[in-house]
Amino acid sequence: MKHLEIRGLSSAYGSVRVLRDVSLDAGKGEVVSLIGPSGSGKSTLLRVLIGLTPPTAGEVSIAGEKVNYRNRRSVKAVRDRMSIVFQQYNLFQNMTVLRNVTVAPIKIKKRPRAEAEEDAMSLLERVGMAERKDAYPDELSGGQQQRVAIARALATNPEILLLDEVTSALDPERVNEVLDTIRALTSEGITMLIVSHEMAFVREVSTRIAMMDEGRIVECGSPARIFDSPTKARTRDFVSKILKH
Amino acid sequence: MLEQIAEQIPLFFGYHNVIFILQAAGRTLGMTFAGCSVGFAFGFLIAVLRQTTGPVLFLPRLLGIAYVEIFRRIPFLVILFIVLFVIEPLMPGTSLFGIATVSVCLLSTAFLSEIIRSGLESVPMQQIEGAKVLNLNGLQTLFMVILPQSWKVILPPAAAFVVMFIKDTSLASQLGVIEMTFAGEMLVNRGFSPVLGFGVVLVCYFAMSYPLSRLAIRLEKRLEAS
Repeated sequence: MKHLEIRGLSSAYGSVRVLRDVSLDAGKGEVVSLIGPSGSGKSTLLRVLIGLTPPTAGEVSIAGEKVNYRNRRSVKAVRDRMSIVFQQYNLFQNMTVLRNVTVAPIKIKKRPRAEAEEDAMSLLERVGMAERKDAYPDELSGGQQQRVAIARALATNPEILLLDEVTSALDPERVNEVLDTIRALTSEGITMLIVSHEMAFVREVSTRIAMMDEGRIVECGSPARIFDSPTKARTRDFVSKILKH
Repeated sequence: MLEQIAEQIPLFFGYHNVIFILQAAGRTLGMTFAGCSVGFAFGFLIAVLRQTTGPVLFLPRLLGIAYVEIFRRIPFLVILFIVLFVIEPLMPGTSLFGIATVSVCLLSTAFLSEIIRSGLESVPMQQIEGAKVLNLNGLQTLFMVILPQSWKVILPPAAAFVVMFIKDTSLASQLGVIEMTFAGEMLVNRGFSPVLGFGVVLVCYFAMSYPLSRLAIRLEKRLEAS
């Protein structure tokens, strides 16, 4: 049984079909990356999975349990097991770093404050942000904010972590600190779906890569296959354009 | 004229007159603050209602929008008379002050609701989605994430509105509420110089609104710093 199973998933914004019959799965602890041009549906796929954009057709199962995205309870259960980090403006601007990381454990998981804070501190330690625990988001650089956002996403102990272009809005010199943080997570058994334009990084950390275009998965395979010997013309075209830089 | 004023000053600032003026100022402030406080509460409810989606609250949402759009377009004086002619037969004996205060509530609800709404909507969508994916519910999101970030957008125009309303309550004099303006008129009718009478009224209005403006600026600075 696959940890995350996506079957024939479709979604639309009004009459624009942004996801068309997407099927993809990920085993426990696998790191699957989604690549492809802007507007190809990568981010939408993650948004559908976490219940922010409703699907129009298809099925998603987590560890064999089917998700009903029309049912609030079911969506809450999904968000209990799955976390997402967005491109930017993740952190609550009115809360300190520590509060951002502890708000869900305390308010949602009803854990005692002291215990939640202790765990939050060890997470912040891991992303290298422990000494900034009392800072507000606007006092931090974009890269620091994203590292805290990752800590916050991990604070609810997710089985699946979705990363939606988490480095796209960062200054180039801030990208690596965030990628280092993610790299360290890939060996921890969390299933990850990564949307990224950092091709070298994607190639290095992914177990599999899915190439998306116009709402469809064009091709899916090992990093070596996608980058070195893609079978589909669209993939070859995309990869060659990207790798030229 | 100056001689007349100089002559009248000791009499004008006699004990009874001063009490009379202070009471009138109290009514002006009372109408404004009681009315705007209630208006803020109702305006907040309507603003929050307008943020909801889905069919369950469709009718209340529609009513909220209709209320705001209608009452923002009616002059305060007209509201005063409507309230007077509606309340008078229903609840005879209601004080004119009460009627004026209810009118302030009705109008300020509509305006403050719009101010609060633009504050709530100033919070970036990502903040709300961030709360959603952490499983915070609607009320938690509102009170822990959206509202704390909206105050700095809500406060300046809301304070300006209240300060403006201190002046606008002078229209209640048309109903016979003895507030600041009407008090000035009565003193002038008693034979005091209009320059003296309304001069004092002018100073009183300034004294009531200026501290409030200063307070708002200080609060604003503090919010910006946080």
